[in-house]
Amino acid sequence: MSAGEAAGAPAGPVRDPGLQPERTRLAWRRTTLAATVAAVLAAKSALRDGVSVSGAVGGALCCVLWLGFLALAHRRIRLLAASPEPGAMAPRHAAAAVLVTVALAVCGVGLLL
Amino acid sequence: MIEFVRNIRLWFAPEQVRREGGTPDYRFSLANERTFLAWLRTALALVGGGFAVDQFLPDLRWGWRVGLALALLAAGVLCALRAVNHWVRCERAMRRGEDLPVSRFPALLGVVVALVAVAMVFVVLVGWDT
Repeated sequence: MSAGEAAGAPAGPVRDPGLQPERTRLAWRRTTLAATVAAVLAAKSALRDGVSVSGAVGGALCCVLWLGFLALAHRRIRLLAASPEPGAMAPRHAAAAVLVTVALAVCGVGLLL
Repeated sequence: MIEFVRNIRLWFAPEQVRREGGTPDYRFSLANERTFLAWLRTALALVGGGFAVDQFLPDLRWGWRVGLALALLAAGVLCALRAVNHWVRCERAMRRGEDLPVSRFPALLGVVVALVAVAMVFVVLVGWDT
């Protein structure tokens, strides 16, 4: 912060020289991408043996989980952008992201057996 | 393990984490968050790997294929749960000004992934159902 001020008054809002919020935002984006890959593989596995009821339910569940992760990432990214010094992530938020991952794996076990 | 169970309560109680110690520099919290996300990506990759084994190795014997897929899915679940647990522990340690918690998990995961890779080589050489 102080380095930015010493270098001359910044025009926009004060920016972290280490770009920590941006890096965190990109980390959320990367993780969303990983979740997308996992969800696509899950949906493909659900619909492998033609369209069956269990396959359709499993595929739909995977889509819902993916949408849930997308919403979580979007909310966190908006929180990060809202303030120049964003606070720590809420534990509930982290737990929700982990629960989506675990649910995806449980979905996979259901589709396997 | 007992501490893990005790920490589960903290996952859903932000005010309880926030009550302890002082708020660390926000950059440390964000770095902790990125580490958590990196572990979550590892977990998602393991889960995706489980799905991939199931789909892209259809010629494998059923037992090998399902066993390997289940092992990868279970590793993904374990990795995800451990990620949030470690994140909470680091966050608390930073608030209290303690040392960051050390962990055996990365070494464990490395060994398991190596074993799965060796199993995979074995499976590819021996396990084909021809």
